This record gives sequence, structure tokens and C-alpha cells, in this order.
Amino acid sequence: MSDAALANPPTIVPFLKFGADGAPYLEGQQCADCGEIYTTERMACSKCFSRKPFKAVKLPTTGELYTFSIVHRSYPGIKVPFVSATVDLDAACSLKGTLIDVEPDPNHVKTGMKVEVVFRELEHRNKEGRTYVSYFFRPRQA
Amino acid sequence: MSEDVYVLGVDMIKFGRFPHRTIDGLGAEAALLALDDAGLGIRDMQALYLGNVGHVTQFVGQKILQQIGQTGIPVVNCTNACASGATAFREAYLAVKSGEFDLVLAVGVEQMGKGLLGNAGGGDDGIPREGLLGSRLMPALFAEVGMEHSRKYGTKPEHFAKVSVKNHHHSTLNPKAMYQIETPLEEVMGAEMIAYPNTKLMCSVNVDGSAAAVIASAKKARELGMGRAVRVRASALTSDRFTQRDLTLPDFNTCTRDAARIAYEKAGIGPQDINLVELHDCFATAEIVHYENLGLCGEGEAGAFIDSGATWLGGKVPVNVSGGLLSKGHPLGATGIANIYEVATHLRGEAGARQVEGARLGLTHVLGLGQACAVHVLEKV
Repeated sequence: MSDAALANPPTIVPFLKFGADGAPYLEGQQCADCGEIYTTERMACSKCFSRKPFKAVKLPTTGELYTFSIVHRSYPGIKVPFVSATVDLDAACSLKGTLIDVEPDPNHVKTGMKVEVVFRELEHRNKEGRTYVSYFFRPRQA
Repeated sequence: MSEDVYVLGVDMIKFGRFPHRTIDGLGAEAALLALDDAGLGIRDMQALYLGNVGHVTQFVGQKILQQIGQTGIPVVNCTNACASGATAFREAYLAVKSGEFDLVLAVGVEQMGKGLLGNAGGGDDGIPREGLLGSRLMPALFAEVGMEHSRKYGTKPEHFAKVSVKNHHHSTLNPKAMYQIETPLEEVMGAEMIAYPNTKLMCSVNVDGSAAAVIASAKKARELGMGRAVRVRASALTSDRFTQRDLTLPDFNTCTRDAARIAYEKAGIGPQDINLVELHDCFATAEIVHYENLGLCGEGEAGAFIDSGATWLGGKVPVNVSGGLLSKGHPLGATGIANIYEVATHLRGEAGARQVEGARLGLTHVLGLGQACAVHVLEKV
């Protein structure tokens, strides 16, 4: 294992990466032909079928809440309520996640609201005792 | 041009919870009902197509034959999420359409537990993704699709809730539905919130159930008598072609629109010609978006369409007069053949208290998350 891998905490999704400065970011895979961006690896572009190698791109941290649901019943052990969100990242792809720092109430959560991607440490730790990191969405101040 | 294909016999068991029965026993019961309805026996069947989700690796089709007669015919076990039953029906249809067989059996069956469907998404690290990366459970996914409609057209929670009021009312007229209980609007909207805007009464019921159909070539149908036969005017099956957000929020709309377009084209008709529809109301939000996806009303008009009463029994185009998945119940693999049973029963004029008068053309629609969408158009002979 490289020093960098040792230095970076474990993540909840493989496309959450860390820069040389240790700052977390989300990485997309961009089709070399049509420009479509994906968060997961694939053999060819789902949209245009191009087999050219994908280009790794840093995803923006700003976007808009496309649609959502407020989840009140989930599996045992999952904290509810929470806001399940589908976000359109600005000039990139859409991304599924949880919207935090907002009342889980339809009077406070509105489609079209501006959001940003933030990174948080989770309660979960891996075998080495290191804390996992994930991404969330939160409302963006005007 | 190949010849028409007919449903000669079709039936379903009353949906319910049968934890002490076997999956093959449940399937065998529907198979025998459909054979009896056609006045035929298992020895007349040249192939069996089986739709199931939960037990599909266990040779459910073969086990059904072990229960009702091991004739050695080919058996195909199909799985396509909630479209599994419709996929089995379509495979049976295609086998007859191709000229390979004259008489085949399609069976859909499911035995389910209670509770939420979906995937908590735990990785090798044992950490559930549910709640961390939004929700992948069915109530939330279909709620998000409903909220997308709200965003575009101002659809209100009341519009979605009215679907449940209607379908629960319809089920009071269907003795084979899991529930026969009226649910007024205040009760639907006041029920426990599961995933906003879907309350508990706006979520389909997990049940055990089975349904089956005997499918025949034109030659065989003429030979056996067309008295109660129903013609399959069109069969369409689609998957999800690439759309902007499909990989993030499953796009249930485009594959439905594609299947509907193909089915209408094959049948040479339009949505205005359809007299009744059984569509995939897995959640109340889904029925609203499918009004537009199936062309029953114009873009953005689904809220006004449910308000108008058009989709109630007695309305312009009654939808889910069986009670739908919301109240009849949703045994995944059986659903796609149970809705064929419902439409065929109306075309035969045998639907009793819930009969859609003068029904000549009916449409069935199911949607499997992943995505698989099946649309069938049936016609009175």
C-alpha cells in the first residue's frame, strides 16, 4: 500500500477521492466522445457506445435538487426521517445522496433549491479503527 | 404475416398470505384453474413459461409440473423483477406466434414476506448505504418520481392520494383482491408516512399469489371454439434506454412510453381506443405518472385527470378496476398475468359488479425496477 493510501481515510463510495493536499472530492468518468459523465466504471459509454478510454474528471460541488423524498420508514437501525435526494451537479452528472442540515419537511425541502456537496466523517470505523468518509448534500446559502 | 394469438383460459387465485403453502403448490393451483377455464388439461400443453422473482433459481416451473403432471415439455423460468409474469406471458405468446407451438401455459407466482422491498446496499464493509446515500427502497424511488411530476406540473399530494381512494374502492367489488376496504381521502393522507408523499395506504400490498393463462394459435382456437377467447393484439417489452438521470434515479417513464408506443403501433390503435387499463400502481405516485406515459391524458394533465373521475369505474377509461397493486395486492411474479386475467374477464363480460360495460379493448402494463416494462393489448373476439 502506498503512503497516500495509508494517509487517506476509507470512503463509502469508490469515486470519493483525496487530492495531494488531502482534500476530498468526487471523481467522474467522462466519455471521450460525447462528454457524458458517470460515477461508476463501464466498458463503453451507455449513451453513445464509444469504447474510447474514459477521462477522470473532478466533479463540481454545486448543484440543484432535482427531486426528493422524505423517508420516514426504513430498515431497522436506519435513522429516520432523512431526505433522499437526486441532485443535478452543475454542468456534470446527477448524483444520489442524502440532504442534510435542513428540516426533513416538505415545507423546507423544495425541488430546484441550490445545494452543495459536503464531506463528513461517519460514526463507522474500519478494522484499523479509521473513520469512514462520505459525501452529503446541504442547502447552499445565496 | 403470422397469425393472431389467443388467450383461451385465464385465472388467478384470491391473493393473500399463505406462509404455510409451497411456491409450486400456489403456482399449480392457478395453472389448474386456467386449464379448467380453457377446458383443457396439462397433456394438451406443449410448453410452460413461468414468471417468478423470489424462488426463480429453484425450478419453480418444473416443480409445478411435478404437482400437476410431468409431461416432459420444455419449461422456461423467467425473472424480470415486477415484470416477470408479463415476461413469461410474452415468451409464451412469442412461442405460439412463431409457429413453434399451438398451445402453451404461462404461470406467474410469488410468495413474499411482509415489509419494505429494496436493497439496504451494505458493502463488504458491512455499512448500510441506506440513509447515507439517500434511499434505494421502493417507496422512496417511486416517491421521487412523483415529486418530479410535482416539480414539473404542480401535482399535489392529494392527487396521488386520490389514486389510493379509487383503487381501494374498486377492490371492494373484486372478491379476489387481498383487501376489500374503502379508504376515504382523509384516511389515505392521514396514514403513516412511509416516504413522502407516499403514505402506507399509497404503497402496494406484499402478498402471495398466482395467476395463469392458456395461450393458443388461431388454428387451435378455431378448432377448440372461440366462445370465450380473447385476442392478444399486441405485446411489447422494453428495457431502459439511456436517459439523463436513469443511472441515478431509475427512469420508469421512458421505458413505459417506449413500450406503450410499440404496443399501440403493433395493435394499430391509439390510447383513445382503450376501454380499460390495468397499470402498475406499485405506489400511488406511479399511477399518476403512468396516465401520461400510456397516453391516457395529455402531458401535465394527470392531476386534473384523476380529479375528473375519468379513471374510476364508469369513467372515460377506468384504471385498475381490480383494485390494482395497491389493494388487490402485488405478488411480483404473478402481477403481470393477474392483470391479463382482469382485462380478459372484462372483455368476456364476466367481471360482475365491477364490469366495464362494452369493453372491447384493454391494456395491461407492468414495470420491473431495473428496468423492464411490458405492455399488452387485449381484444374481445
